[in-house]
Amino acid sequence: MNRRLLPSGEAAVLVECDGLDEVLALHDALAADRLPGVVELVPAARTVLVGVDTDVLPLESAMTWIRRATLAAPVTGEREAADVATIPVVYDGDDLAATAHLLDISTEALVDAHRSAEWRVAFAGFAPGFGYLVCDDWPYEVPRLDAPRTRVPAGAVALAGAFAGVYPRQSPGGWRLIGRTDAVLWDAQSDPPALLVPGRRVRFEAAD
Amino acid sequence: MARLVVEQPGPLALVEDLGRAGFAHLGVSRSGALDRGAARLANRLVGNPDGRAVLEVLVGGFRARFEGAETWFAVTGAWGRVTLDGRPVAPYAAARARPGSVLELGAAERGIRYLLAVRGGIDEPPVLGSRARDTLAALGPEPLAPGRVLAIGAEPAASVPLIDQDAAFPPAGGPVTLALLPGPRADWFTDAARHALFETPWRVTERADRVGVRLVGAPLARRVEGELASEATVPGSMQVAGGGQPTILLADGPVTGGYPVVAIVTPASLDVVAQVRPGQEVRFRHA
Repeated sequence: MNRRLLPSGEAAVLVECDGLDEVLALHDALAADRLPGVVELVPAARTVLVGVDTDVLPLESAMTWIRRATLAAPVTGEREAADVATIPVVYDGDDLAATAHLLDISTEALVDAHRSAEWRVAFAGFAPGFGYLVCDDWPYEVPRLDAPRTRVPAGAVALAGAFAGVYPRQSPGGWRLIGRTDAVLWDAQSDPPALLVPGRRVRFEAAD
Repeated sequence: MARLVVEQPGPLALVEDLGRAGFAHLGVSRSGALDRGAARLANRLVGNPDGRAVLEVLVGGFRARFEGAETWFAVTGAWGRVTLDGRPVAPYAAARARPGSVLELGAAERGIRYLLAVRGGIDEPPVLGSRARDTLAALGPEPLAPGRVLAIGAEPAASVPLIDQDAAFPPAGGPVTLALLPGPRADWFTDAARHALFETPWRVTERADRVGVRLVGAPLARRVEGELASEATVPGSMQVAGGGQPTILLADGPVTGGYPVVAIVTPASLDVVAQVRPGQEVRFRHA
């Protein structure tokens, strides 16, 4: 990899990648060799933000470290089989039937595809503990709701675009709801506080 | 044990410290006092370490009672009538309150956010290592309501320092000039737009809170059309939405955003942004 470093203020730099695989590979490479003074490593769809404490690590030094990591990191390395988060789901979401209809498949086929997919957390955002889940074999592109709901309940299992997700707590939301889970997605007292940490693998299973 | 009992919070009074950096990858913003310089100064005035929790009081209309023990306090940030038991208190200076004394922060005349530090710091339970209230993510101590009792922490080792009063200066009431660094997507904008950003005046709109401050001025035209895949932002990121108007993201801003960031406001200038009012004129210069 040879990636563009984009300016992001006095204490951060944004590293631009070609796609999500590269983002995850670069994030792993940086996380594995994390320097003192690196405060934030924030993956997103095509970028990784590196935030530093400039009293400990000057931005120029961080940029040298990033360039080295981009040269060393494989473009699409086999990721280590990290531990898998298993999330039990009751597939009775308000949008389940309509979403299957939109995709021109049966409700059962949509549930099966969601359950059998091996998801991984690409990045977080929107709310504390909200992970954007991706799967290489997931073929569906799900349009967001035209009018977002003002209240989506905590534990709602949802789809939007090429992503799957779970709402960590009640919030507004425009994703299509296909089910619900009792799993705790966010607990500020836990370490880490989020169940869905970038890079983690995730499987959904039908709850009893 | 020293306590502060809130009698009237005013429009919005929050517990803040210097925030919780290091959790953006889990969707958690840094948060913390918007005017970090004022928060640090208030703490220093009463001998606290910089990171002790303070109160960030929007606009004024705040009244609270000290209880339990004699307590040093200091008010920085916004400039307005501050009284203790009805007697004026000097701005940006430490003062001592007896148990039962009532502190009032009147309507801010300059700036918009008071920072109130008490010696020992506000001792609310930390969340992810910080006592900051994040208004977007709803993390940290609840916004203050009448009757709320705030514990005050143990006295720090340092004594209350003697500080030169000349160091006190109020936030600007007129036009302010903010320093900008290039943003990651500056090249998404036309040369004319990047020029206009620095050469034309901007005005603060009513859409200003701890998440971001929306400005209005000559629309910034884009050179690159299309959608930007969401990417991480930092406090101070100036993102430009569809209409070409910029928004400066602040401490409670979302950790990722899908609008291109044309520039980044420097940390020192962000303290100035924390004190601007709707209608105030803003100009930009190169950092």
